[in-house]
Amino acid sequence: MASALINVPAHAKRGDIIEIKTLMSHIMETGYRHTAAGEVVPRNIITSLTCRYNGAEIFRADLFPAIAANPFITFFTVATESGKFDFEWIGDRGFTETASASITVE
Amino acid sequence: MHKPNNSTRRRFLGLAGSAAVIGAVPIVTLRPSEATPAMLASAIRNVVGEAEVRTGKVKLDVPPLVENGNTVPMTVSVSNPMTSDDYVRSIHVFNEKNPQPNIGNFYLGPRAGRAQVSTRIRLADSQKIVAIARLSDGSFWSASVDVVVTLAACTEEVI
Repeated sequence: MASALINVPAHAKRGDIIEIKTLMSHIMETGYRHTAAGEVVPRNIITSLTCRYNGAEIFRADLFPAIAANPFITFFTVATESGKFDFEWIGDRGFTETASASITVE
Repeated sequence: MHKPNNSTRRRFLGLAGSAAVIGAVPIVTLRPSEATPAMLASAIRNVVGEAEVRTGKVKLDVPPLVENGNTVPMTVSVSNPMTSDDYVRSIHVFNEKNPQPNIGNFYLGPRAGRAQVSTRIRLADSQKIVAIARLSDGSFWSASVDVVVTLAACTEEVI
């Protein structure tokens, strides 16, 4: 079962630059590997990750087979207000997964 | 008495040799097709268009010697202020010799605060990696790194 790990600081001062770390467990099958019988293993990857901060998109990534299994992606944002980060992963075979984290900004 | 023995040995060696050659052919065809420098150039053109790509501003951190190509830590940072009228719009990472030239596209904005993205990537061979940043004024900046990979990703068989 797919599962996400997210690391967002619980508290921050207004205007602080904070780091957001995301890890999603996923095989990220490239579609370029073969079985011993010579058949191609079909591609099964996460194609995008979107992060919204109180509804506004602050980060988006397009992923390709060259991203390692269990995609680990980190990025930064400015803590502007208390609220919620919503993360959404979308992938092949109808894969979607969401997660969220809240932050208190003083 | 020696002659027949010798000829069977010779025939055996000949057969073994040709079997090795025949055996080698499917292995070659099973290898994933490599992206070529031309594919890298066209993938970059798809993002950049006709704009000029200048070297600088971008810092691409990848270990120069990689033992396991299946998971290679990579950090791209752009030394540019992140203000509402001057910021990094996106970061694009490419490779030369994986089956596909793209690694990832990362879309940032003025709210990012710091133009820096980290992830873990796969490398199928020793090759060049290119990171290109697009700024809000429409200019493109790039950095490239040559990486030596000992154990390649993607080529192993699935049981």
